[in-house]
Amino acid sequence: MKFSEFVCTEAINPQLAADDKESAIRAMVDSLVTGSGVSADEKDDIVKAILKREELGSTGIGRGIAVPHTKHPSVERLVGTVAISNEGVDFDSLDGEKVQLLFLLVSPPDKPTDHLRALEHISRQLRDEMFCKFLKQAKTREDISQLLEEADNNQFVS
Amino acid sequence: MKTKEQMDDNSVSRTVTVVNPEGVHARPADMFARTASRFSSEIQVSKNGQSVDGKSILGILTLAAEEGSQLEIDASGEDAAQAIDALAQLVQAGFTEDQNIRG
Repeated sequence: MKFSEFVCTEAINPQLAADDKESAIRAMVDSLVTGSGVSADEKDDIVKAILKREELGSTGIGRGIAVPHTKHPSVERLVGTVAISNEGVDFDSLDGEKVQLLFLLVSPPDKPTDHLRALEHISRQLRDEMFCKFLKQAKTREDISQLLEEADNNQFVS
Repeated sequence: MKTKEQMDDNSVSRTVTVVNPEGVHARPADMFARTASRFSSEIQVSKNGQSVDGKSILGILTLAAEEGSQLEIDASGEDAAQAIDALAQLVQAGFTEDQNIRG
């Protein structure tokens, strides 16, 4: 599943100001509301669900990457957003490093395969060091959007 | 389920089926990589000919292993047999995840 199929472009945040996990997640869900990815009424419940998932084990999977996520009945299709933190966010990552690249996903409870396909695409692209490096250097939403499009077109990995 | 097992001195391979309905998403991938990392053996996991490092969450996630997928686990090293047992058990037990929370 390509980035263009689930990333809500208007919700991309090139300069995430948060420095802890909860505020990072809250800021990203806020962006999804702004970008019409999720309903404002569901915002707090979605944040709560994502934090609950984090309690099971951090989604900070190493190499400065985190994929916070949850299922939520309020979405009809998988929606997501991307945020970049210059300073890094303390995310209790598995390797202890702060995270700079965050991909947040909210998926309908009955679509586990879409969630897997999105994780597959994110992880496949993020294994490429150039892609990670360019994302970290991106300054604007347009920069990120263009990088995601290039990744979708297999310009980083085949 | 175990469908194949081969053994020589230091390398073991076994094919297991993903049984949990959610497939190998982030939490199972984390559990698999953590378990694999407890062993000194080199561990590879493959699905449909695509092979990745069994100690890398990112690698495992790129397999997008759904329920019913066959995963071949290959371990080579001193503790290969123990590693295969632990990893096969983890997969076959469905990663014993809480079904109400997506990992």
